[in-house]
Amino acid sequence: MLPLIWLGIIGFCIIMYVILDGFTLGTGMLLPFLNSKQRDIATSVILPTWDGNQTWLVLGLASLYGAFPLAFSILLPVFYLPLLLLVVALLFRGVAFEFRLKSPLNKHRWDTLFIFASIVTTLIQGYILGNFVEGFSVVNGIYGINTHFSGFTLITAMSLVIGYSLLGACRLLLKTSGDIQLKMYHIAKILAIILMIAIIAISLWTPFVYPLVQSRWFKREYLPYLAILPSITVICFIILLRALHKKNDFFPYWMSVMLFLCPYGGFMISIFPYVVPYKIDLWQAASGHSSLIFLLFGAAIMLPVLIVYTGYAYYIFRGKVNEAISY
Amino acid sequence: MTVDLLSRIQFAFTMSFHILFPAFSIGLATFLAIMEGCWLKTKNPLYLHICQFWIKIFALTFGMGIVSGIVMEFQLGTNWANFTKMVGPVLGSLFVYEVLTAFFIEAGFLGVMIFGWNKVGPKLHYFATLLVCLGVTLSAFWILAANSWMQTPDGAVLVNGTFQVTNWWHVIFNPSVLPRYFHMLLASYLTTLFVIASVSAYYLYKKIHTEFSKKCFSFALACIFILIPVQILVGDNVGVKVHEYQPIKTAAMEGVWHTQRGAPLLLFAWPDQTAQKNLFPIGIPHLASVINTHQWNGELEGLTSVTPSDQPYVPIVFFSFRIMVAVGLLMLLVGVVGMWLRIRKKLYEKTWFLKLCIGCAPLGFIAILTGWFTAEAGRQPWVVTNFIRTIDAVSPITVNQVLISFILLFIIYGVIFGVFYFRYLGRIIHHGPHAYQSANEAAQPFAYMPIAKEIK
Repeated sequence: MLPLIWLGIIGFCIIMYVILDGFTLGTGMLLPFLNSKQRDIATSVILPTWDGNQTWLVLGLASLYGAFPLAFSILLPVFYLPLLLLVVALLFRGVAFEFRLKSPLNKHRWDTLFIFASIVTTLIQGYILGNFVEGFSVVNGIYGINTHFSGFTLITAMSLVIGYSLLGACRLLLKTSGDIQLKMYHIAKILAIILMIAIIAISLWTPFVYPLVQSRWFKREYLPYLAILPSITVICFIILLRALHKKNDFFPYWMSVMLFLCPYGGFMISIFPYVVPYKIDLWQAASGHSSLIFLLFGAAIMLPVLIVYTGYAYYIFRGKVNEAISY
Repeated sequence: MTVDLLSRIQFAFTMSFHILFPAFSIGLATFLAIMEGCWLKTKNPLYLHICQFWIKIFALTFGMGIVSGIVMEFQLGTNWANFTKMVGPVLGSLFVYEVLTAFFIEAGFLGVMIFGWNKVGPKLHYFATLLVCLGVTLSAFWILAANSWMQTPDGAVLVNGTFQVTNWWHVIFNPSVLPRYFHMLLASYLTTLFVIASVSAYYLYKKIHTEFSKKCFSFALACIFILIPVQILVGDNVGVKVHEYQPIKTAAMEGVWHTQRGAPLLLFAWPDQTAQKNLFPIGIPHLASVINTHQWNGELEGLTSVTPSDQPYVPIVFFSFRIMVAVGLLMLLVGVVGMWLRIRKKLYEKTWFLKLCIGCAPLGFIAILTGWFTAEAGRQPWVVTNFIRTIDAVSPITVNQVLISFILLFIIYGVIFGVFYFRYLGRIIHHGPHAYQSANEAAQPFAYMPIAKEIK
């Protein structure tokens, strides 16, 4: 039971990261479509809360380390070079973010770095996601990935770029007004359609990547339940398109979040109960009982608290951003 | 080059860069909490200017700490997989607690602290500042608890290759954590105070922002005078604990090769690891025993009481420790001279003292780095004392992978932290504190708008 709860908590951290940092990365990838003043406003939207967004990734990682040390010790070396690129990209993104405020003359250079770092971060996350579905291999006790570059990982990586960009666009149109908002309505519509195509492609492809996934998705008795996720996805997509068409600024962001939640749910169903697909399940990888209890004690108290004050920090910086901010 | 050696070099390199930012952040957050408190109490706008100037440096520094910290977290898994697998149930839990109790407080309220001046009332803003200060202080505690557990493990047993915790209280409050934690906190405060003193001395020397600088300079030197003796006492306590639990580390610090009573304090020596003895030793009789055991004829265990393969590499430990102590004594000197000048009411006038203080900016950072080199190199070859050897902690990765990552990180860190951080830090300092209380202030959406414009 405890490992299951911890898998849930880590899953929650990842989804919080994806939703919150996703729009930050997406905003970064949308900067090429904005002029200098619009870029200032776009970064001002993310500036006050971005530290907190990234912290969900840190919590997810630390929880994996604490609750599933075996999985942590297998997965991180397997992705040695991709993760190196990921941290380097996160590093560049963070400093580009800080330094653009300090360097008005070289601002466009830091922006270029910010854009590249956002794209690389997203591509690698998508690549790792794809590899998770494809599963891992073991040779002489050492874990590795099956194929370094497959069509499937390419698709997941590209889709994440589209998906994060859509989140970013919808976040921006929620938080801004005027010309930048109009531009975002336009971009979001295109991105939403491409993303929907990508989601369909991945959904059809996933069951054929690994036999176990196939048996899970195409079992007759599961079918009615598993049809729920695709149905919700389609409904959200329709609401999203309508909202974008009617220039509603509230629904698009939440619908684009839903467009993430549903495939994420599908992903979890596909690989469950594995934490190192399809070699090590969560019970094998779990930490000792005393560690899991001790961790749960802290998480049970602190998670609600931090959700409340993360929400409060967002509440303080609510409303439209019309001016660039700095410190 | 082997994977374990190269991984160690990479870890030491990235860690050395990382540690400087949190240390500076802890000191600055505390300083800001004090100054903002003074402002709320006295309503003297000078305190507000002090806050608004140093908060800019805090924001820049904190951001660097976050990004370089993420590298550390990934690196633990990528390069030290065996270690993480074995100690995950212990250290992983402490890291989760760090994130839950400290990181989120910092991250959640940092935005309010930096950008929230006109969005929330002064009391709520102060609350945010206090929470950020609490967050960074707690964060250091969890990290020190984790590191101290590796130095002096307690409360856990090794079962089938992984540690299982039997007593969390003993894990967290392991024998060395409290003195080491206070040692680190004080080091952070002193490091920051020397930077504050240096920047203020620079302004005083240039005769600009005088009122602002006098307040900061006076505060910094008074605190240095008070904290340095406390730090020396705490440091002594750390030394006693090290001797109690890791006698071989003490032996390496003091250059004691053979177990002896009344060991001399070596002012200089060249420890020769192959010959297992010191060349050119110059020492003060009995002092090393007195310092480490608090007894005139206290016994110090020698390095040769274990086989050479169980000894740390002595020269690093020996010289790092000496540099740290020397820097500490130099700090003491600055504190005492500062107090003497203050009594004679000449604190702001003596140009040579201002110049000295300007030059002292890096002192704290040097002491922190050499202190950590002593602590970490001194416990080798163990990564968890008497349980796991560093060589057994590495990941199943190739030398080439580590070589690529190290070269990449080396270049990137050099450029980002070595060049741009200092450039922008210099820019903030050059721009100076902002004396703004203009009439159109209230009309601005954010209080920092005028500053942003002015930098342009």
